[in-house]
Amino acid sequence: MPRISVNVDGTAFTDEVEPRLLLVHYLRDRLGKTGTNIGCDTSNCGACTVVMDGLSVKSCTVLAVQADGSDVTTIEGLADDGRWHPLQKAFHTEHALQCGYCTPGMIMASVGLLADNPDPSDEEVREGLEGNLCRCTGYQNIVKAVRTAAAEMHEGATR
Amino acid sequence: MIPAPFEYVRVGSVDEAVDALSEHGEEATLLAGGHSLLPLMRLRLAVPEVLVDLGRVDELRGVRDAGDHLAVGAMTTHHQVMSDPLVREHCGVLAEVTGEVGDPQVRHRGTIGGACAHGDAAGDHPACLLALDATMVARDPGGTREITAADFFTGIFETALAPDEVLTEVHLPKLDGSWGFDYQKFQRVKQAWAIVGACALVRREDGRIGEARVGLTNLGSVPVRATGTERLLAGAAAEPDALREAAAQAAEGTQPPTDSNARPDYRRHLARVLTLRALQNSLAS
Repeated sequence: MPRISVNVDGTAFTDEVEPRLLLVHYLRDRLGKTGTNIGCDTSNCGACTVVMDGLSVKSCTVLAVQADGSDVTTIEGLADDGRWHPLQKAFHTEHALQCGYCTPGMIMASVGLLADNPDPSDEEVREGLEGNLCRCTGYQNIVKAVRTAAAEMHEGATR
Repeated sequence: MIPAPFEYVRVGSVDEAVDALSEHGEEATLLAGGHSLLPLMRLRLAVPEVLVDLGRVDELRGVRDAGDHLAVGAMTTHHQVMSDPLVREHCGVLAEVTGEVGDPQVRHRGTIGGACAHGDAAGDHPACLLALDATMVARDPGGTREITAADFFTGIFETALAPDEVLTEVHLPKLDGSWGFDYQKFQRVKQAWAIVGACALVRREDGRIGEARVGLTNLGSVPVRATGTERLLAGAAAEPDALREAAAQAAEGTQPPTDSNARPDYRRHLARVLTLRALQNSLAS
């Protein structure tokens, strides 16, 4: 079986994996990082989104062997020493979730979005998150939360 | 869902990929970004015995200026194509069309070569590359050959690539500022495939239309050119009536498919409407 080395949430892992193992199953079943959810399993809903080498990806559509040598950040690695990331805080304060199932993916897609565009308009947030579905239809507050977090991150960067 | 088991081969160069395909024959499938192939494998609609991963073949990534054309490496991701300065300057239509593919996560992984080799008539690239008269470059054990976009797409999920052939590059013409362009895509929801798409390229010449090219998505088993429209527009006045008259011929000679989204007559209607919009926007761009 192929051997892979992946850095996940700041920890280096080396594992033998079956080639057909999907990254999301590696994260959840092998590493126990169940914060990353599986939603549709058809590359549509974005619940399984993680950041891989700086770019948001759907981990249900990446083989673990493809992630060999990569740096992966999941929702579980976002907080800094117990302090929530501005996006985590903003999703909380702006009530950007109802059932919460899409939230890890929404937040990780937003991490990718804000890395690309630190100050997106409402429209740009909606376009940037077009690969993530919320079935509680909470998009209004999700957009609000991403913009709130962007403002906080901007403030932090210029302080 | 979990794909069926397969043997995984990681290659580091095009030569190694060609060797792997020669060795394993039709049992082998190339893996590019995986955003068409892996969903099919999870549904077990694709069951390759050997998967040859091109992910580490650096020579297939990036865009270079090749003088009279641009050469886009087959493993260049949609995200890279969209943001590439050479593509934006010389072939903006490809950047626009690429931005319509999937969603940001999909565009971070999916590649231009993978999208082409997949041969999906509902994909956005084929009609655009057909309208551009792009050339595909492929390598097999015997060497390299060039295939025009018109000859490359041969059927539903079928291309001119032989089982031991690797698509290496897509060559795009450089379009100067006299060309306007637009892509119109009609879909049920934002991430869905095109029910119909129309990609227009229009060269303006002293208030007239020097040349117009229109590629249509999902109006047949392969992308097609709206030849009736193109013929009427060559040398025509760049005026609303001329565009309307020409767009009315967009579906001429096509045999659109039927599926749960649309019947042929509705697809022909969409082709006419979307072609008109794409032409209007091309002239305004």
